[in-house]
Amino acid sequence: MFSKTSMLGGAAALLVLAAPAAAADAPTDPQIAHIAYTAGSLDVAAGKQALAHSKNPAVRSFAEIMVRDHNAVNEQALALVKKLKVTPQDNAISKSLTDGANATMQRLSKLKGAAYDRAYVDNEVAFHKAVNSALESTLIPNASNGELKSLLETGLTLFREHQAHAEQVAKELK
Amino acid sequence: MHLRRCALFAAGVGALLLAASPATAAPSTYTVVIDKMKFGPVPANLRKGDTIIWVNRDVLRHTATASDRSFDADLPAGAKARTVLKKSGAIPFICRYHPGMRGKLQVK
Repeated sequence: MFSKTSMLGGAAALLVLAAPAAAADAPTDPQIAHIAYTAGSLDVAAGKQALAHSKNPAVRSFAEIMVRDHNAVNEQALALVKKLKVTPQDNAISKSLTDGANATMQRLSKLKGAAYDRAYVDNEVAFHKAVNSALESTLIPNASNGELKSLLETGLTLFREHQAHAEQVAKELK
Repeated sequence: MHLRRCALFAAGVGALLLAASPATAAPSTYTVVIDKMKFGPVPANLRKGDTIIWVNRDVLRHTATASDRSFDADLPAGAKARTVLKKSGAIPFICRYHPGMRGKLQVK
């Protein structure tokens, strides 16, 4: 029960973020960059864990795409913040995301076989759903730099693909 | 003698004109750009034997894969790949890694 709660911790943090924020609470570009980068890194870590644990070809192929795509987007994000001379700023949302994802990885590390596959893929659906909702309602509208906004928009298109892919794999596993 | 040479010349020109007629037009090469998770516009009037050069401008790896698997171009980030169209008809295609990315070729 506890572990299930912690699994959803990271996604819940993003859902809070996805709620329309008052202008005063709006994240700044350095915070937005940090949140987006953190979400990407956490999904890369989850994908690497899946590649170490899972033998299911559909799950492995999905995890490989997650690792490759999120690494690529994060590399681009790093190049952009360097170019813009922006230092990503840690914040409560990034921290909450990280705590939630770490708890999930710990919980998943104790699972095996089909149980692991289902838990990983279900979490990927929830995680991408939450990230996409946060991007759409908060991160993209509040990004003031045009290049950052454009990168987040491409990210949203990509992560919607990931969400649809995860939902497809989840359906196949049932 | 002179007339005969003229006739030969005329026949030669005729053959050249025939070779240049649309029915035997040389294959063309077209470019389709992938950018921001989308396939750009596909060329109209494609013909069997034409070549498509897929250009991936994203930082993500993509593929251009025919639904009937008549072609499957692997496109690492920033890469180009070449597909020669070997069959006619409507050929839907997707990116295998991001199946929401799709398009359709019409080949005569």
